[in-house]
Amino acid sequence: MSKKPVQKGNEVETTGHSWDGIEEYNNPLPKWWVYIFYACIVWAIGYSVAYPAWPGLKEATPGLIGFSTRGNVAADIAEQQEKLGPINAKLEAAELTAITSNPELNAYAVSAGAAVFKTWCAQCHGSGAAGAVGYPNLLDNDWLWGGDVEAIHATVSHGIRNEDDDDARFSDMPAFGDDYLEAEEIDSVVNYVMTLSGQAPNDAALVEAGAEVFEAECSACHAEDGTGDRAQGAPNLTDAIWLYGGDYATIKETVTFSRSGVMPPWSAEASEAGRLTEAQIRAVAVYVHQLGGGE
Amino acid sequence: MAILDKHKILETNATLLLIFSFLVVTVGGIVQIAPLFWLENTIEEVEGMRPYTPLEMAGRNIYIREGCYVCHSQMIRPMRDEVERYGHYSLAAESMYDHPFQWGSKRTGPDLARVGGRYSDEWHVDHLRDPQSVVPESVMPKYGFLENRMIDGKYIADILKTNRLVGVPYTDEMLENAQADFAAQADPDSDYDGLLERYGEESVTVRNFDAQPGISEADALIAYLQMLGTLVDFSTFTPDASR
Repeated sequence: MSKKPVQKGNEVETTGHSWDGIEEYNNPLPKWWVYIFYACIVWAIGYSVAYPAWPGLKEATPGLIGFSTRGNVAADIAEQQEKLGPINAKLEAAELTAITSNPELNAYAVSAGAAVFKTWCAQCHGSGAAGAVGYPNLLDNDWLWGGDVEAIHATVSHGIRNEDDDDARFSDMPAFGDDYLEAEEIDSVVNYVMTLSGQAPNDAALVEAGAEVFEAECSACHAEDGTGDRAQGAPNLTDAIWLYGGDYATIKETVTFSRSGVMPPWSAEASEAGRLTEAQIRAVAVYVHQLGGGE
Repeated sequence: MAILDKHKILETNATLLLIFSFLVVTVGGIVQIAPLFWLENTIEEVEGMRPYTPLEMAGRNIYIREGCYVCHSQMIRPMRDEVERYGHYSLAAESMYDHPFQWGSKRTGPDLARVGGRYSDEWHVDHLRDPQSVVPESVMPKYGFLENRMIDGKYIADILKTNRLVGVPYTDEMLENAQADFAAQADPDSDYDGLLERYGEESVTVRNFDAQPGISEADALIAYLQMLGTLVDFSTFTPDASR
C-alpha cells in the first residue's frame, strides 16, 4: 500500500494479535479508499430507496422514482407506436388495391414489409423470398392461391391448411396411392404430367393412358389442360415451376402420398401471443406483391 | 477489548469457526431467498398454464439431452426489439412447471420461448433433418436421427412423478394414464378424449407431428416446440406494469 516501508515499532501500531510470535500491522487504509467506500454505502442506501429493493410483507418497496422494466418496455413500444401510428392508420384505412399507387404508403409498406418478412417469413420462404422445396418461391408469377395484393393479404392473414384459423385456405389432394389408383395408373399419369410441362416422359408408351387417368381423376382440380385452379390452390402443372420437384420420382411421390403444406395464420385474431398487426400484414402483402410476381 | 478476546475463541477453534461461518452465510441466504416465497409479485398468476403433457415432457427431455439450450434461449426479455421479433416478453409464470427452466444464456440460434405455432410441423421435420435446406445461413447441426429413434413412453410416468415431487401439479389420474396419453397425442386416430380432458382441450394439439407411423423422438420434440409459449392467452391478459 504505502510506498514507504514502515519499520516495526516505528509509528505503526500492531493489531495486538500474535500468532506464534508473528504480529500483524495495523496500517490505516488510504484515505481515498476509505472515502470512496463511505460514498458507496451512501449511494447504496439512496439506490435502495429510489429503486425497488426491500422485501415487505406483500411486495417489495416500489422505489421512489417508479422504475419498472415492464413500464420501460411499454413506454418504448408506445413511443414507437406514436411515431408510426399515423401512417399505420393510413395504411389500415386504405383500399388494399390502392396502396401501391399511393407513393407515400407504398414506400412505407415496402420497407416495413421487408422488415416483417425477414423476421417472420424468411425462415420458410428464404430471406430473398426464393422459397425452398415445399415452400413457395414468391419471386415468380406462379401463384397457388392468387397473386394480387388482396389474395396475398388473405393468405398471410389466415394461412394455409392450419388448425388455428377457420378461414385458412384449404384444399386436400387425395393420396392416390391409398386404394384410389392402381400402381400402373399412377405410373401412367405421372408420365402424362411430365409431358404437360414439356418434359420428356419416362416411358412414352404410357402417356396416352395417363391422359385418360388425368382427365378422370385430376382434371377436376388441375383443369383439363393442367393449368390448375387457384380457387382450390391446385397448382399449374404446365409450367416448369415445381413446389416439390418435377422429376419422375418426385411427381410419383406427390401423386401417391399427396402433399399438404401448412402455413400458419398471422392475423392477431387467429394466432397466439403477439403475431402481426393488420398494418404489418398489409405491409408484408405489398412487399411480397412487388417482389416480382405481383398481379 | 472484550469482544475481540471472545473472537479469539472462534479463531482458534476450527469447528466452531465453521459452524459460525455457516450461520452467518445462512442469514445472508435467508434475507435474499426467503422473501421470494411470500412476495405476491414474484410470480404473477396467469390463466392457461398447465403441466406438460407426457409427450411434450418427453420432447422437453430430448431438448435437454441434445443440449438445445446451449444455442437457444427460452426467455424473451422485456425490450422493444425482442418483443417485436419474438412476441410478448416471457413471464415468470410461464416457466413455473419447468424443472429445470430452459431460459438459457446464449443465443446462437433464435429464442424459442414462443416458437409454438410459428412454423408448420413439416417445417420442423425439414428443419431438424437438414436446417440448411430451409435456412441456408443456419449453423445448426442436423437432427434427422430423431425421426428414426422410436420411443414408447415406458418410463414417462416416472418422469411425471419426479416432477410432481418438486411441485408440478400432476394428478394421480395423469400419472396412471401417462403412457396412454403419451401415445394418444401423436396419433390423431386414437381415442384422445382423456388426454384433452386431463390437460385442457384448448391447449393440447393431437397430431402426427413427424408425419410418419409410430412415435419417434422427433414427434415428441416437435410436440414440445409447438406448444412453447402458446399457453397464456395474451389477448385477455394485461401484465401488471409494476413488476
